[in-house]
Amino acid sequence: MNSATQFKPGDRVTVKFQDRPGHLRTPWYIRGKSGWIEQVHGEFRNPESLAFGHDGLPKKTLYLVAFNQSDVWGRTAAPKDKLLVDIYEHWLESSAQEREECEP
Amino acid sequence: MARGHHDIGGLPGAGPIDQSEHTLSDWEILADAVNQALGARGVKRTDEMRRAREEMDSAAYRDMTYYERWIASIEAILIEKKILTKEEIDRKLSQFESKWGEP
Amino acid sequence: MSDAGNAEHGHDHPKHELSHYAKRIYAIRDLLIEKGVITEKDIQCQIEYQEARSPANGANLVARAWGDAAFKGRLIADPKSACAEMGIDATAINEFVVLENTESVRHMVVCTLCSCYPRPILGRPPDWYKSFNYRQRAVVDPRSVMREFGLNLPDDVEVRVHDSTADIRYLILPLRPKGTENWSEADLAKLVTRDSMIGVMDPLDAIPE
Repeated sequence: MNSATQFKPGDRVTVKFQDRPGHLRTPWYIRGKSGWIEQVHGEFRNPESLAFGHDGLPKKTLYLVAFNQSDVWGRTAAPKDKLLVDIYEHWLESSAQEREECEP
Repeated sequence: MARGHHDIGGLPGAGPIDQSEHTLSDWEILADAVNQALGARGVKRTDEMRRAREEMDSAAYRDMTYYERWIASIEAILIEKKILTKEEIDRKLSQFESKWGEP
Repeated sequence: MSDAGNAEHGHDHPKHELSHYAKRIYAIRDLLIEKGVITEKDIQCQIEYQEARSPANGANLVARAWGDAAFKGRLIADPKSACAEMGIDATAINEFVVLENTESVRHMVVCTLCSCYPRPILGRPPDWYKSFNYRQRAVVDPRSVMREFGLNLPDDVEVRVHDSTADIRYLILPLRPKGTENWSEADLAKLVTRDSMIGVMDPLDAIPE
């Protein structure tokens, strides 16, 4: 059974700060950071399960998530610069806060 | 849980990018081909190989070269899947070493 | 670092001088063939497949895209089909995305977690792409990396760094150099360096040295 796509382009999201064993493809530096959905890549088998010889099902939705560089590293980067990471749906949650400075 | 030794984006202390390139040795070409052949035959997945490298000893991860890490993970996964044993690899290697002329 | 150490060994050393793991691959290869897990032919096929893949494939795609707007549209919309048009076999890529550079936007690709790279198009990644220094620095200070490759961008150009963490493989479509109007595809392709398709530099200038 495939999960319904939870997010759409433009949605504000925060990367969950999960810290558990296993093969995790969400980089440490982006956990807990907030950005927005740039694109929906589609559904893919879950690498966390594939890595242990399982079938990776059910597929998970993969998103291209964009972040302002200055929001990720907490210091001044060139103001327009962005960081884009391919992140699976189960790592994302809706951002609660409105952030006036976060313009895509 | 600590951050994995492979999960290095943004870590401080990195130096200049060494842009020099090396021609691949025979053993590196072979490692690459064996890895791809095992994948093509459905014996292992790239995700399993990545996980094996993440599970390596952290000092070894930093000290080994790229293809050495590949070979270590190929060996680890083949042993985990009970396709080969460490003992038979050791035995085969001893046979080679006597042929290659250990000093 | 240890990867740079290999730069000294351009030719092969006697096998008894190889490192621990380097020797083991020979034993592993033989055992796998003896047990019928893979064949000698499998290995040979993979070696040949890899030899056929090089940055020239990418350069040809880019050169055609620069000269042919309709092809460029197809390349961005469906890169695998556009590759097939040019006889480039991109079928091994699960998901292929082309990122177009413009006067106001530059893209750069890294795999911080390992070394994911569009191998079926460009061949093997360069050592520097797989290095710890690149993987650490590319996401936090891409402009300093670009400066090392000779690219200095003003702040009003947006730098977009992609960390290739999943099955998507990214290829940069670099900005066409000025002064190349009416150039042939073959001449355009010569300006498209591998590193410009990773995004750490722009293509070569049209002005000959």
